[in-house]
Amino acid sequence: MLELRSVSARYGSFQALFDVSLDVRAGEAVAVLGPNGAGKTTLLRVISGLLPVAAGELTMEGRSLLDLPPHRIIETGIAHVLENRRLFPRMSVEENLKMGAFIRGARARFRERLDVVYELFPRMAERRDQFAGTLSGGEQQMCAIGRALMSGPKILLMDEPSAGLAPVIVEQVFGLVDRLRGEGYTVLIVEQNVQQVLQLVDRAYLLEVGSIKTSGSAAELAADETLRRAYIGI
Amino acid sequence: MVFDIYLLEAIINGLLLGGVLALLALGLNLIFGVIDVVWISYAELVMAGMYGVYWLYAFFGVPLVLAALIAIFGVAVLGFLVHYLVISPILGKPPINQLLATGGLLFFLQSFATLLFGVEFRNIGLRLPVIELWDMYFSFARILAFAAALIGMVSLYVFLKRTFMGTAIRAVAQDREIMATMGVNTRQVYLITSAIGGGLAGLAAGLLVLQYDVHPAVGLSFGPITFMICVLGGLGNLLGGFVAAFIMSQFISIGGFYLDLEWGYVIAFVFFIVMMFLRPQGILGRRG
Amino acid sequence: MTGRRLQYAGLAVLVALPFVGVPEYYMHILVLILIWGFVYTAWAIMGRFGLVSLGHGAFLGIGAYTVALAWNLLGLTPWLGIPLGVGLAVLVAVVIGYPCFRFRVVGHYFALVTLALGEVVRLTIVALRDHTGGSLGLTPNRYGEGTSLYALQFADKEVFYVIALLLWLAGIWIWRRVDASMARFAMDALSEDEDAAASVGVHVTAQKLRITMLSAALTALGGGVYAQYLLYVNPGTVSGIGVSLQIVFAAIAGGMFTALGPTVGAMITIVLAETLRIAIGTEVIGLDTTIYGVMLILFIIFLPKGVLGGLIELYERRTAGGAGAMAGKREVGGGA
Ligand SMILES: Nc1ncnc2c1ncn2[C@@H]1O[C@H](COP(=O)(O)OP(=O)(O)OP(=O)(O)O)[C@@H](O)[C@H]1O
Ligand SMILES: [Mg+2]
Repeated sequence: MLELRSVSARYGSFQALFDVSLDVRAGEAVAVLGPNGAGKTTLLRVISGLLPVAAGELTMEGRSLLDLPPHRIIETGIAHVLENRRLFPRMSVEENLKMGAFIRGARARFRERLDVVYELFPRMAERRDQFAGTLSGGEQQMCAIGRALMSGPKILLMDEPSAGLAPVIVEQVFGLVDRLRGEGYTVLIVEQNVQQVLQLVDRAYLLEVGSIKTSGSAAELAADETLRRAYIGI
Repeated sequence: MVFDIYLLEAIINGLLLGGVLALLALGLNLIFGVIDVVWISYAELVMAGMYGVYWLYAFFGVPLVLAALIAIFGVAVLGFLVHYLVISPILGKPPINQLLATGGLLFFLQSFATLLFGVEFRNIGLRLPVIELWDMYFSFARILAFAAALIGMVSLYVFLKRTFMGTAIRAVAQDREIMATMGVNTRQVYLITSAIGGGLAGLAAGLLVLQYDVHPAVGLSFGPITFMICVLGGLGNLLGGFVAAFIMSQFISIGGFYLDLEWGYVIAFVFFIVMMFLRPQGILGRRG
Repeated sequence: MTGRRLQYAGLAVLVALPFVGVPEYYMHILVLILIWGFVYTAWAIMGRFGLVSLGHGAFLGIGAYTVALAWNLLGLTPWLGIPLGVGLAVLVAVVIGYPCFRFRVVGHYFALVTLALGEVVRLTIVALRDHTGGSLGLTPNRYGEGTSLYALQFADKEVFYVIALLLWLAGIWIWRRVDASMARFAMDALSEDEDAAASVGVHVTAQKLRITMLSAALTALGGGVYAQYLLYVNPGTVSGIGVSLQIVFAAIAGGMFTALGPTVGAMITIVLAETLRIAIGTEVIGLDTTIYGVMLILFIIFLPKGVLGGLIELYERRTAGGAGAMAGKREVGGGA
């Protein structure tokens, strides 16, 4: 479904990604792991068009994304749940969700999808008129995920959805990701909670200083000695 | 002291003036909030619109309402062009450069108007009735301007609240960087916002031309007060600008009632400067 | 070395000018360029450090009107009137500047506060119309035959040329002094990043205030001399938003980061306006300033460092390009 071939990216003169190749098949859940500053966020930003591809090829369902302006990428079915949630703090929950349905194809189905999201997160329905900036961390994450779902995406890019949340809430978020998978969404997730995320996904990539170090099935990586020592801390 | 009916008249007139000032402040604040640029030449767009109405009505006999609508559209196009030609090439540059570029535009528009129309004061020559109410006199033009300004502001509010594009415009003001992930083309939002800002200036033009003569420097007589209002309310804060417009218009009107009109302005500006030190973030501002 | 020699040659020409019988009209233009060049330089002293004031018309107006009013109403000689105006301007600069810098009113806000100040002064002048003549302007009373050292009035343009030249030279000298002083380093840091400047022990508020007072004082001085030269002041031409923006633009058009930049700005704008005025005639009013306005926009978009600044940069890039090419060669040589 989503495919990266030797993608490089840079911030000015600083190169953040080197020849990254990665693919996500329809219906799969794939994780990108790696230490802080490895380039995980950068990778997702490149895919969703926030950062241009410096070299390489990037395709969604066989169609190149390189010639699309950034704001058109979401139309191909890629939705990005940003790092640190990035809600519009002084807009209500419902207005945040409305922004998720901004693209033409999504506007007509705004009401319908709003109901779906409210059903998924009853908490959001309760707080629909509250400013997003005043939600709790967990609620904000729900809102951010809900906003991404509003465009009716095929694949969800999730950047550390569990960051800064209490363990119970982390469980809930992962449960939610699992549920979304069950509903047919494809997921590409960046996580620090390596152990938990590996129970959730089919495959994973390990990114270090901008390059893919290893990749494999979740089980393989969970068993990998070096990875265990470096990230899981056992 | 007995109740002073003339003071009440001044207060109500201040309120009426506040409506138009609030409209102007709204346009400027919208542009600042969304694009992060101060259009120093905003009042000159109003001047252009006033000439537009004057020209259509006095020369070509276009009905006034139609002339005003054409002016709204025309100044909206002008606002679009201001962003397209002047602001967008220097969008990433220091804010002060953008401010100065629109200052250059101020010179340009003023001189171009001089070139076309000369420096004479021109009046559309329409006599609107004066309304008497318990010994107080109110010009119909002012009441009309107040009402139309309110209608304009309410329409904008509905647009910003209800539509997808309006919501996107407000969203850009909060986090412009991530808009692409929601399919929003910020460039387009900027252009639309600029056109709306221009349209509001055009509406203000249609209302002001009923009350004031047009001349190339007319923008200078309400440009500065508009900036003060916006800063006083907190730059980019639409509600703050609205409130500040009515505060400043009271200073002008009551100050002008007790002293001269210029003193009204002087008092308003001094109040503004003092407020800058007491509340630099604006009366309703958030920035601490 | 050659730069120094060029400077002396230029200075010699400037000093010699009044003695070679330059026609009066050109003398007038030269005096205007020198006075405005001085005012623009005064603005740039603070403008270059990121303190972009859109209200220098306030100081100019205070300088010009104080001297004219002191003379007409109190019979006070301009020799005292001008210092009085300068003192008032400095006072206003402190009253506005101190809280601004103290509370970190910066960027847009500073620009708009100063803009309000310029308008306050203009409107005050208009409102005091019983004494100032309002928007019609004010003419200082003539003293005797029209030439008097006591009244600082001279019928000959040449005398004013010398005064303007001295003034302008003083302005350039002060610009250089500020540029070279210890404060320069600190102020540069401060215009980029206030916190960083504060952390290296610069007293940010005091430095900014000092620069602002200096700039205001010089601007008021320029205003006083301008009033004495033209023997006519008008609130629109010496105060308010119009002249305030004119000051900013000319300084930017010439280049505010070099000593002579603002003067070049004065030359460009005055010569342009005069040429267009003569070429087109007075019946088409507005064309010169229309072109001027378009030029300003183009300058800020394409040449934000101004004409002189842009030229210097071009020259430096050329020479640096040469050096770069040489370094490249050396590298190739080293590789081989
Ligand atoms: N806007 C930027 N400008 C310059 N460099 C940046 C920028 N954003 C990120 N970087 C650099 O790119 C590298 C990768 O950053 P990135 O945010 O992708 O890491 P990450 O893997 O997401 O880290 P974390 O786990 O901490 O979120 C880092 O070295 C970072 O300093
Ligand atoms: Mg990250």
